[in-house]
Amino acid sequence: MIRIEEKLFQNRYRVDAGRSHIEIADADVCAIHCQDKPCTFCCPAGCYALDNAGRVTLITDGCLECGTCRVICGEHRNVRWEYPRGGYGILFKFG
Amino acid sequence: MSEHFDAIVVGAGPAGNAAAYTMAKAGLKVLQIERGEYSGSKNVQGAILYSDALERIIPDFREDAPLERHVIEQRMWVLDDESCTGGTYRSADFSKPPYNRYTIIRSQFDRWFSQKVRSAGALVICETTVLDLHMDGRRVVGVRTDRENGSVYADIVVLADGVNSLLARKAGFHEELKPRDVALAVKEIHFLPETTIEERFNVKGTEGVVIEMAGKITQGMVGTGFLYTNKESVTVGVGCLLSDFKKSGVAPYVLLEQMKAHPAIQPLLAGGEMKEYTAHLIPEGGYNAIPPVYGDGWLMVGDAGMFVNAVHREGSNLAMTTGRIAAETIIDLKVGGKPMSAQNLARYRKALDESFVMKDLKKYKNMPDIMDRNRQFFTAYPNLVSQAAHTLLTVDGVDKKTKERFIRKTFTRARSTLGLFADAFRLWRAFE
Repeated sequence: MIRIEEKLFQNRYRVDAGRSHIEIADADVCAIHCQDKPCTFCCPAGCYALDNAGRVTLITDGCLECGTCRVICGEHRNVRWEYPRGGYGILFKFG
Repeated sequence: MSEHFDAIVVGAGPAGNAAAYTMAKAGLKVLQIERGEYSGSKNVQGAILYSDALERIIPDFREDAPLERHVIEQRMWVLDDESCTGGTYRSADFSKPPYNRYTIIRSQFDRWFSQKVRSAGALVICETTVLDLHMDGRRVVGVRTDRENGSVYADIVVLADGVNSLLARKAGFHEELKPRDVALAVKEIHFLPETTIEERFNVKGTEGVVIEMAGKITQGMVGTGFLYTNKESVTVGVGCLLSDFKKSGVAPYVLLEQMKAHPAIQPLLAGGEMKEYTAHLIPEGGYNAIPPVYGDGWLMVGDAGMFVNAVHREGSNLAMTTGRIAAETIIDLKVGGKPMSAQNLARYRKALDESFVMKDLKKYKNMPDIMDRNRQFFTAYPNLVSQAAHTLLTVDGVDKKTKERFIRKTFTRARSTLGLFADAFRLWRAFE
């Protein structure tokens, strides 16, 4: 079992506490209308997870700002995606 | 920040830096806005630097640019579960200066490039995110940033904001990206002693090796893997179409982990210390997916305009070239006292069409479709090639004619004789 946390642990972040730059617009759309929930397995930082009630949860602290979740949600357009405030988010050491 | 500029450049990757540098050097009043803490801190690439594109902007870049290794050897591998078949091109010619391409570490390289932009006279502001474009009717007149009183105005805004280009989407210039038009790449950097890299890859000094890989490592998805040598580190990654990730259900980091465990790759990484894990979307839709790249008061350069040649793994050189050509277009209009209207900026697209950028993209315009509809190139063929090599190279008392017949049979069984011809034809058409 590969733990994504171990990979992300190597990265440098400046987390904008309390200001998530990505939001799920309507949780019901994920829970009820989205069959595959691709964000839960396509996000390279594992930010999206399924809880026991079958709802999609999002924690953006490890976000790599790639845009995958927004693009992959094309059918439902249920991801509100902005860049973090200037200076915040992932700070690549090497890129 | 209520000054008026000749040009505002949004983003400080290779495209934005090329544009800002070229315009500032020509004496234009340029503002460049970058959301990272410094130019490069948000940027991700493999990364290979192709000298030619940069040389046309900064001819003496080799004097102080942070370059890792100059590439003298390229390996192309087709991987099966256990095996690796491939070709190598290594030439002493590549070790004669001036070198043709280098591995680079983007956070360092982009910071260097940004210093050049500042020295040329541009104002570079970091830690500032551009939220929206200011419009006057259909014309872009400036940008709104997340700074207090953060609106700035200019005759033209150059959008160098990368593959996601939220600004173009918010302004309605572009539709949302489609999962089949972007590849998702994940990558790690592993640190190793310089001497270990020299021994392991049979290089000395600043010589380096590039390995491009296809086959089982992408688990049936359209994509490739890569491994590049830096001075004291090795970069390893894999990228596949996002639409394929969506279908396959394989998590990108799991794919990378499994690739790293391949018996041909694992020994190259052994003992290394992983220091960063990154992910990035690569616009791979090709010629047919290129969006409008200019309009009243705006131009688009680099990844934002889908300027990536996926077949040849070229992107940063297209970024720098489109940045340079955009800047030259703007300079010409400025010098001629002409407005930055869509009509006048059309010459940007025309100049691109006449450059290698569009010529190359046009040449491979059918490639994304062909690869998408012909998965055998990523599934059946790697297996067949591996089996054939295994059969021929195993000495077991079976005569060669029988071995050849066996190999032929595996190919015709997998693809049929007609299928083989059709595949050859498709490949020919794709590369024609």
